[in-house]
Amino acid sequence: MLTHPWELSASVALRPEPFGALAYNFHNRKLSFLKRPELVRVVERLGDHPDVLSTLEAEGIPQEQHAAYVRALSGLAATDIIRPRTAT
Amino acid sequence: MTLTTDRPTAAAPARPEGGALVKQFEFGLDAPICLTWELTYACNLECAHCLSSSGRRDPRELSTQQCKEVIDELQRMQVFYVNIGGGEPTIRPDFWELLEYAIAHEVGVKFSTNGARITPERAAFLAATDYVDVQISLDGATPEVNDYVRGPGSYDMAIRALENLQAAGFSDAKISVVCTRQNIGQLDDFKRIADEYGATLRLTRLRPSGRGADVWDELHPLPEQQRELYDWLVAHGEDVLTGDSFFHLAAFGEPLPGLNLCGAGRVVCLIDPIGDVYACPFAIHDQFHAGNLLTEGGFGEVWRNSKLFRELRSPQTGGACSSCAHYDSCRGGCMAAKFFTGLPLDGPDPECVKGYGESALTGERTIPAASQDHSKSNPTRNEPVMLQLMRRRPDGQDSPATRPVSACAESPIAGFTP
Ligand code: SF4
Ligand code: SF4
Repeated sequence: MLTHPWELSASVALRPEPFGALAYNFHNRKLSFLKRPELVRVVERLGDHPDVLSTLEAEGIPQEQHAAYVRALSGLAATDIIRPRTAT
Repeated sequence: MTLTTDRPTAAAPARPEGGALVKQFEFGLDAPICLTWELTYACNLECAHCLSSSGRRDPRELSTQQCKEVIDELQRMQVFYVNIGGGEPTIRPDFWELLEYAIAHEVGVKFSTNGARITPERAAFLAATDYVDVQISLDGATPEVNDYVRGPGSYDMAIRALENLQAAGFSDAKISVVCTRQNIGQLDDFKRIADEYGATLRLTRLRPSGRGADVWDELHPLPEQQRELYDWLVAHGEDVLTGDSFFHLAAFGEPLPGLNLCGAGRVVCLIDPIGDVYACPFAIHDQFHAGNLLTEGGFGEVWRNSKLFRELRSPQTGGACSSCAHYDSCRGGCMAAKFFTGLPLDGPDPECVKGYGESALTGERTIPAASQDHSKSNPTRNEPVMLQLMRRRPDGQDSPATRPVSACAESPIAGFTP
């Protein structure tokens, strides 16, 4: 995942919450929770960077947390909150 | 009504960072994720256990325009979907218009109905519409059991609606069942009916709210039935929806899927037909009245700043429950169930599986008087047998009646493991 381009799905809306954000996918009607503000920013910016790794770096996520972020992002990919970016 | 500016000044414990999601939920969200909106108190039926004591329309009911303004605000607050109920919501002449308006404004709709108006034409319309879920109320897997509480003909009405939806190609309707002493033995039959119509089963708890208070003693599941229900849910839990109905059963063992906390005023709330906002659909009582959305600041102000909701979001004590080994999963059960049976809010649930509720029920308690009632004043031909029998009781308690139980919907965190 780290070296691939991803983005927030077009059918997803993020609602800010004190702990981070709530993500709702209007297509599959699934609600997900982003439990850290940093994760919210990463998710929002995925589409602006060539790949996941550069997004994490640009957002200042320390190297040792990258694995945890990839796990969280994989979870979000499973409910189509984020999806692989194809054509740019 | 309390739209206060006197915010608590005492240092409230701060919201933890990260950690379990339920902890976050306890401190409340910026907007509800399980919002029920009863559009009308009017109903064609007179269900014995109606949680909102529905029957007659309230003359102060919100106008079409006011409803649209509420939807606009829900869109601004990013409330992504609402559970619409009543009363029978489809009785409102503007129901379909409001449904379309909500969907066009990114507010998905799940509505509860007894099925009376789900004609083949409406079913076709629903099948062609995105972001709408239909929930048909059915409280018995046979006409005998269902009609006893919901009224004559109501079983056929619900089944016809399911047939119409299926024929129109509407997929995954919900069948919503209030679990009672009479239907716990029918769980497999309910599942079969759901499978037959390509529907999903939703099981909810009978709470002593609204007219439910009058029939709770007779209908709430017996202790051994609670165990039966728990075991059934453990076996089938992933395929049925339960919302926050059964977390008090977690004290039997493993927590069940669904929302395992009382979300009232934290992630859950109710808007009633006249715009009053309550902590939960099962808590229509002055004590749980947070405000009215027609006042300045609208719904958002009530949700964010009402005194009641702020209190509900501050940590609550477990009282007599705090020494219980199951407190972490059961959390003392349902606030509304305790309140309407006259039990202390910080003690055990009346259906505490450890039996503490039963002993509490035999102690001194005062059942709170209803603060409102929209039941029909005279029984109609739709009156369920149960109410006719109750009317004949020697205590002379005349308790007329009405409507389908809607409720706090499926788990708002379905598919998510905190
Ligand atoms: S009061 Fe009962 S029904 Fe209402 S949110 Fe709490 S647990 Fe659920
Ligand atoms: S004592 Fe309280 S926490 Fe323990 S099982 Fe009973 S209701 Fe739940």
